[in-house]
Amino acid sequence: MKNIDNIINKCKQYAFDLNFSRAKQWKESKEGRVLVGYMPIYFPREIIHAAGAMPVGIFGGGDDKQIIKGDAYYQSYICHIPRSIMEIALDKHMDHIDGFIFPSICDVIRNLSGIFKQQKIGKFVKYMDFPQNFLPEIGGVFYQQEMKHVLKYIKELNGVELTTEALNHSIDLYNKNRQMIEQIYDIRQEYPWRLSIEDVYSIIRAGTVIPVEEHNEILEQICEYIKQDVGTPQDKIKVIVSGAFCEQPALGLIRAVEEAGCYVIDDDYMLGSRMILGDIDSTSDNPLESIAISYIKQSQFSSSIYDVHNPKENRLAKIVKDRGADGVVFAAASFCDPSLLDAPIFQNAFDKMGIRYISFQYSENINQYKVIKEQVGTFSDSIKLWEDEPVVV
Amino acid sequence: MSKEAQKEKSMILQKEMVEGLFSDLANAKELGKKVCYTFIPGNLSELIRTFDMLPVYPEINALQSAMRKKSAAYIKEAEKNAHSEDVCTYVKCDVGMLMKGNIGPTGQKIPDPDVLLLSYTGCFTFLKWFETLKREYPDAKVIMVHTPYQENAEMTPEMTQYMVKQFKEEVIPQMEEVTGVKYDEAKLKEHLKLSAKAEDLMYEIFQTTKHKPSPIDAYFAGVYYIGPINIGFRGTQKAVDYYEELLKEIHIRIENGQGPITPEGEMKEEKYRLVVEGPPNWTSFREFWKIFYDMGAVIVASSYTKVGGVYDLGWRHDPERPLEALAEYCMNCYTNLNIPQRIDLLKKCITEYDADGYMTNSIKSCNSFSAGQLGMMREIEDDLEVPVGFIESDLVDPRYFSYSNIKNRLESYFQMLEQRKKMQEEIV
Repeated sequence: MKNIDNIINKCKQYAFDLNFSRAKQWKESKEGRVLVGYMPIYFPREIIHAAGAMPVGIFGGGDDKQIIKGDAYYQSYICHIPRSIMEIALDKHMDHIDGFIFPSICDVIRNLSGIFKQQKIGKFVKYMDFPQNFLPEIGGVFYQQEMKHVLKYIKELNGVELTTEALNHSIDLYNKNRQMIEQIYDIRQEYPWRLSIEDVYSIIRAGTVIPVEEHNEILEQICEYIKQDVGTPQDKIKVIVSGAFCEQPALGLIRAVEEAGCYVIDDDYMLGSRMILGDIDSTSDNPLESIAISYIKQSQFSSSIYDVHNPKENRLAKIVKDRGADGVVFAAASFCDPSLLDAPIFQNAFDKMGIRYISFQYSENINQYKVIKEQVGTFSDSIKLWEDEPVVV
Repeated sequence: MSKEAQKEKSMILQKEMVEGLFSDLANAKELGKKVCYTFIPGNLSELIRTFDMLPVYPEINALQSAMRKKSAAYIKEAEKNAHSEDVCTYVKCDVGMLMKGNIGPTGQKIPDPDVLLLSYTGCFTFLKWFETLKREYPDAKVIMVHTPYQENAEMTPEMTQYMVKQFKEEVIPQMEEVTGVKYDEAKLKEHLKLSAKAEDLMYEIFQTTKHKPSPIDAYFAGVYYIGPINIGFRGTQKAVDYYEELLKEIHIRIENGQGPITPEGEMKEEKYRLVVEGPPNWTSFREFWKIFYDMGAVIVASSYTKVGGVYDLGWRHDPERPLEALAEYCMNCYTNLNIPQRIDLLKKCITEYDADGYMTNSIKSCNSFSAGQLGMMREIEDDLEVPVGFIESDLVDPRYFSYSNIKNRLESYFQMLEQRKKMQEEIV
């Protein structure tokens, strides 16, 4: 138990370390090593790893970082994450990170890539245009070209030529990583009291800023731990949290939802680490193609992927059903276009399907959760106390 | 300044074109035409015309609703239906209009779409918008075209090929299926020839602001000038005729040394020449414009007029490479340029059009434009030492247009410009 506490505490240190110290240490331990920062939601970290570099997840400043310079770059009606990323960049917290990748999520993150270019932050800046065409021979090929572009940048820094063997090995490591994360969620689906969502979140987030090999060791221990009959069940409903995939809620808010009476048995907080459902083929002669195909065919739904052929409301409803959740908590970062524009789609569908939900907005730097806690608590009570009554929210 | 609105032949031509389009839309079934909803940036007008479809532009419906003072009620309707206060008001206005019967600006019902053509250029919200519309129109065929962003300030052959493959293997076959019309490349080429002509003319029109006084306002009047090329007439003789007529009228103004026409007649004195970044506010468009022309400020270039295509740098639709041309067109729209490209383009405008100042109208609804504008402004100010101004408003939500605040800010800005001019004169 003490060992697990130590692991979790260590993960919390890693996860919220705005200096990315573990990554820095990794880089400094051998000459020529390269760090590549990536923003939410998803990036195929396998290719960075296989190219001899280390991917570093950048998820904003949270509630630890006071924003002064970042506000000079963004109007009040733009979400918080770009200003906190600018703040940590301009405060030189990321000076040891060599290149930055901005996956296509929304207009704000896309334009932030331009501001990084304008400010000449990093040795390279790449806006990663994920395909919205889902045919392997069209969108898949384009995606491979995008990945090759990233690899070209890394090679210019470390001279490493990607090999099939190295990439297949990296795919294996990340397959294992995803398997263990899913195992944790699968166990928590039945026994959510064994490990709080706060801890799960911290453990997964830590994995974005430390070497994957180390993270896999941590996950192995966590998986062993959570298989045991530990903790005490409490009278809480089970919910899915959806919509918080980019700008992250403060850890206190993640904790508050559970404390208010809702076991969070699935979520999209760290969607990028869980984006690919199932394994990516690690035996191919063309592993870049395998990664591309996995994105096209095995991705979790996302507010940044055009979904008309596989509507997201049906996919989230299936998660609710499969997990046996009592309801959904829609948590959107303030001014988050993708999440907020999806809200009517989900909510109109869930009204028809009879899936209970509540919604609230947050900002990464808010640390007063009283109102949200009351709202979530009422939602929990309404389900626990009047389970057979139609829920009006 | 005369108080009577002046109607020139080009204005009448444009009015006839727009009325004709909405009339055709109202009678689409009788005419046997399929209806294609699409967006202005990256609009594939020539391809839509090749398949004899009629285009509908939801953002045009939204801005028309705002100018007719109907957007507030539509937005309220959407917000009652779970749409957030904090997202694009074009979307909410369009959704609200749909919920209220989808009556267009001419009072006629806009028909339901047969096709939702999402060319998805420079704006993620378009993607979300059509996801929403697809749920409202489940029978419509969704045709998605992913336009790669010019993240590295270039259109690579790979990017073009990605788009061409989408046209060949997805867009065209699906358009054939919906319309029953076989793809005719010769017909597309003819449309593209006319597009290039209209683009040449439009380029020439916006170049005329180099004259002093500028014969036109490239923002407030500019949004009318870009109408025909952006709302489905690009690729037609009508658009060419319109721009020829407009250019003729502008040349007469230049010969006479006249300034721009405003809603209250001709602007008599040009005191300040500005370049504006960002879309205009539509709910109080006239009042907004009036603040500028009352102060003798003319907009000599604006980024908004490039949202449906950037023609300043020599690019034109090339009929000999029809699908490649469509791909490049989509990638070359203003909001699909990266931030450094946008800065360079604006700097070029400020320098070439001899602007006295640079003004940002930051739109709450539009992160595609707005995110990054403060950094752009700072670089332009530092590099060109040009006075910069900053105001905030919204596209079609009247709650975010504060007349007094905007007027106060602009008045202070114009005072600064005046002071600077005096200082420069003293130095000379």
